[in-house]
Amino acid sequence: MNNEQLTNPELAAVHVDDDSEDLSRSEVLLKGALAAGAVYGTLAVGPYVRKALAMNGGGDVEILNFALTLEYLESKFYEEAKSRAKASGELKSLVDLLAKDEQQHVEALEGTIKKLGGKPVAEPKFDFAYSGTSGFLKLAQTFEDTGVSAYNGAAPMIKSKEVLTAAGSIVQVEARHAAAIRLQNGAEPSPQAFDPPLDEAQVLKAVEPFIA
Amino acid sequence: MADMKQLAGPQSRRRFLAVGGGSTALAAFLAACGSDSSSTTTTGTTSMGGKSETAEFGKGDVGILNYALTLEYLETAFYADVVKSGLFKGSDLATIRKFGQEEAEHVEALTQAVKQLGGKPAPEPKTEFPLKSAKSVLELAGTVENLGAAAYLGQAANIESPEVLASALAIHSVEGRHAAALNTLLGESVTPDGAFAVPADVPTVLKSVEPFIVG
Repeated sequence: MNNEQLTNPELAAVHVDDDSEDLSRSEVLLKGALAAGAVYGTLAVGPYVRKALAMNGGGDVEILNFALTLEYLESKFYEEAKSRAKASGELKSLVDLLAKDEQQHVEALEGTIKKLGGKPVAEPKFDFAYSGTSGFLKLAQTFEDTGVSAYNGAAPMIKSKEVLTAAGSIVQVEARHAAAIRLQNGAEPSPQAFDPPLDEAQVLKAVEPFIA
Repeated sequence: MADMKQLAGPQSRRRFLAVGGGSTALAAFLAACGSDSSSTTTTGTTSMGGKSETAEFGKGDVGILNYALTLEYLETAFYADVVKSGLFKGSDLATIRKFGQEEAEHVEALTQAVKQLGGKPAPEPKTEFPLKSAKSVLELAGTVENLGAAAYLGQAANIESPEVLASALAIHSVEGRHAAALNTLLGESVTPDGAFAVPADVPTVLKSVEPFIVG
């Protein structure tokens, strides 16, 4: 297995900026270690991961708010797509289903954050630049694949077992969405044997162009 | 932890299935999440000392990985048999081959992970699958993949090591992708559980795969 297999083609443009001031050394180590561990199934990276985890003080509310931002994005994207994507037949049903699922994820995450005593982040304003069905499908594939990798990257840092299982039940649904959208795109539903994790900085960089 | 068991257990699965989609499923989800860290701390000691569901496969994370390995062996053997059966051609055959290769990679990764934890990898089970028609095989594939995804989800919160968890999650979502692709081929919903995938516990999973394990 080589490095190329580590990254989805859609995410190839996303790089960790090691010089970024808000990305601590521990986070860089964590990201690399988790990616290596996930892809190779090896545990040689253990000490680095534990060190990075110990230094991460964000907590579950911060992770859930990060997830909520992505769900806001997906929810808005599919809601708009109902009229913008010019979808018909099978794809139209899929867009409706995805819009409904993402809206439920938003509500569940907001509710969970409140239950944990936190405050849900405000919904950003989004601006999706695409036209037509093919433009929609291309962007949908990027969002769903990024969503899967975002949850996979963040989940090991979740402290509460209940929140972890909840995040797991959402990420599986995101993976199912990703596969369904990929089939509509004529792409491999499951391009590789391991979905690579992404850290928060990488994910934010990927979605930043769509936040107005 | 008591709440966690309920969430992952068959009782809760029935509840999720019974309520179906919409706001009731959301309420169930929130109820499950509501048991926050404070309850975990108070009941943690007893449940941590309790017998794990995967004890027959080994202790702690090794047991969970060996449980997953057994399922991956089964999936790999299934796809290999399907490819040999000659029931599929063209793009369907290519998809089946691809999924089979990915399951084989999961077997390899899980075997390595068990060894690195100092455990002994579970043996490959002898399997036999009914391969009668393309349609029945696709249905069986769908059942197996949906079950596999649910099995990983059922164990995620029991995993102790963050590294093992990261690996299991990277596999879990791929099983979800396989399940959705097969559901699409079968003309079924890609998200049969609705917006929140439902975990399956070990007895449920083992009972479902038992008919395919021989000797």
